[in-house]
Amino acid sequence: MVDNDMRVDFYKEMVRIRTYEAALQRDYHADKAPAWDIGAGLIPGEMHLSAGQEPVAVGLCANLEQGDAITGPHRPHHLALAKGVDMKAMTAEIFGRDTGLSHGKGGHMHLFDPSQHFSCSGIIAQGMPVAVGQALAFSRRGTANVAVAVAGEGAANQGGFHEALNLASMWKLPVIFIIEDNDWAISVNRETATPIKDGSLRASAYGMPSARIEGNDVDAIYDACRTAVERARAGGGPTLLEIHTVRLWGHFEGDAQAYRGDELAAATENDPIPLYEKRLLAAGLLTEDSIGSIKAQAEEEVEAAIAYAKASPEPKPSDAYLHVFA
Amino acid sequence: MTAPVDVEAGARRVTTAKAISEAIAQEMRANPEVFVMGEDVGPYGGIFGSTGGLFEEFGATRVIDTPISETGFIGAGIGAAVEGMRPVVELMFVDFLGVCFDQIYNHMAKIHYESGGNVKVPMVLMMAVGGGYSDAAQHSQCLWATFAHMPGMKVVAPSNPYDAKGLMASAIKDDNPVIFMFHKGVMGLPWMAKNPRSIGAVPEEEYTVPIGKAAIPHPGTDVTVVSVSMSVQHCLDVAEKLEGTTSVEVIDLRSIVPLDREAILASVAKTGRLVIVDEDYRSFGLSGEIVATIADKDPSMLKVPVQRVAYPDIPVPYARVLEYEALPTRDKIEAAIAAAMKG
Repeated sequence: MVDNDMRVDFYKEMVRIRTYEAALQRDYHADKAPAWDIGAGLIPGEMHLSAGQEPVAVGLCANLEQGDAITGPHRPHHLALAKGVDMKAMTAEIFGRDTGLSHGKGGHMHLFDPSQHFSCSGIIAQGMPVAVGQALAFSRRGTANVAVAVAGEGAANQGGFHEALNLASMWKLPVIFIIEDNDWAISVNRETATPIKDGSLRASAYGMPSARIEGNDVDAIYDACRTAVERARAGGGPTLLEIHTVRLWGHFEGDAQAYRGDELAAATENDPIPLYEKRLLAAGLLTEDSIGSIKAQAEEEVEAAIAYAKASPEPKPSDAYLHVFA
Repeated sequence: MTAPVDVEAGARRVTTAKAISEAIAQEMRANPEVFVMGEDVGPYGGIFGSTGGLFEEFGATRVIDTPISETGFIGAGIGAAVEGMRPVVELMFVDFLGVCFDQIYNHMAKIHYESGGNVKVPMVLMMAVGGGYSDAAQHSQCLWATFAHMPGMKVVAPSNPYDAKGLMASAIKDDNPVIFMFHKGVMGLPWMAKNPRSIGAVPEEEYTVPIGKAAIPHPGTDVTVVSVSMSVQHCLDVAEKLEGTTSVEVIDLRSIVPLDREAILASVAKTGRLVIVDEDYRSFGLSGEIVATIADKDPSMLKVPVQRVAYPDIPVPYARVLEYEALPTRDKIEAAIAAAMKG
């Protein structure tokens, strides 16, 4: 069960992730004015930020070890940071620098850190079968490691999701499938795309235990993930968890979100970090002072990572030809 | 180990299918990280015999029959490879790539590059290619140029048992994803008409054939005939028939990626005449790439225009007369050589 020390750690990690993404958002937009050009500036390209979804990453990763694997989706920063991917190298990658995780070849949708068995894919649901294969390798080698496939609720309508569930269940592999249900597949609402309210029911088609977790509450997410991870480590096979969360910002930066209407204001009120902060304050686990120092510490780490990225050299143009083949 | 195969030499002659499964078995014995996965690769032994005998020797944990979930099991192969295993995954027919191409070109082929060289995907994806037996539009294509067009995959297509065994051993040892395409016509299947070259001398011991080096199974001086896979067998039949009248140099590319451009250039520099025989589609493919290789280097090395015997830009038809109208046949190859010699 979640104890009070863990709650403070969860809070710190969520603040760390939010602080990071707020800083990325600031720098992403800083030099795209006055004419907004997606390809311009220090951070070019699409940018999918995860604000609101921190409880999923934090509750999940508190159950994982370095040797466990995650395949994430196009919106990967919260998962990467919570898994333990080095913030400086990740930031340098997002800034397209030679010191980045992939020497600037991957960018924000293609973060690879083999030391943390972390990867992500920009193609919906298609990272999920890869996690099945990582679990197959763990199982073959007799380790107790698990693989986690994370995707959005839109991805659960894609074939890759269903094939991955079927294989993992058939072979009883240590996989945890996490569906982050933030209600929106870009601009398409869940109700427009998915005929059932509880997507975890789909696991029954594959003979797999599952649960839907409402509330976007890191404590509840931790508990559900713990059950799934323990089952997988013990050889009990895969689990599907659909976690109802919230997307506070646009699908990508620059998304005006006119399609969300009043729902957006309601979502903003459900920002999980202030809500959790309030609970921990009321329980006496945090004080105004400790909150201030947690936030200052996060700022310090984040700004150091961004400064590192900005000070790092760009790759040589001719490096574009490296690493096509091993 | 790159010498041309002498099909009459040596004691033991086996089919290409047997040569492939033997290479996989030897790699599996040598390395516990090698395993096989795909549809009907288990007790059935692969629809085209590429995994014959493996299930009996290694059992269901290392020779895994999968559900019909190509995205799922190719992705699982990638995940296992990322963790350092060496999966040999069979897609059965190349024509099925449409249901799982994202795993192939967006994941298998790109992860090494996207990771800046930090993640390797040592995986073999093998599949049957080719027609000639009325399996029609969705079960007869070659499509090697489709894979070759996308960076990050080696693409291998042997024409005979000796090369098949040595190339498969190389493919499994390779740290890159390798597309291994076996033409049904070269496998020596008991249930399909076959060229005698589909059965040949193969050493029992392990050996490798390097990926990216063409072979010259029939040296000559008058005309260069470049081909790959099954069509090489037809080219050799024609070259042997023309011995005494035209000296034909047959180049067996053995791999499309890497393409042994040097071997092509060296031969054309010598002969000045080029015939390309390709069972894959004519436009935007291997035959055009070979012509571009000459044009980029020195178009004046050609004494006459290039002759291309390639699959016309039509889906593969069913009726025998229609399919053979389109296929590269010995008659067409001979006519192309004659046309090249006229100039």
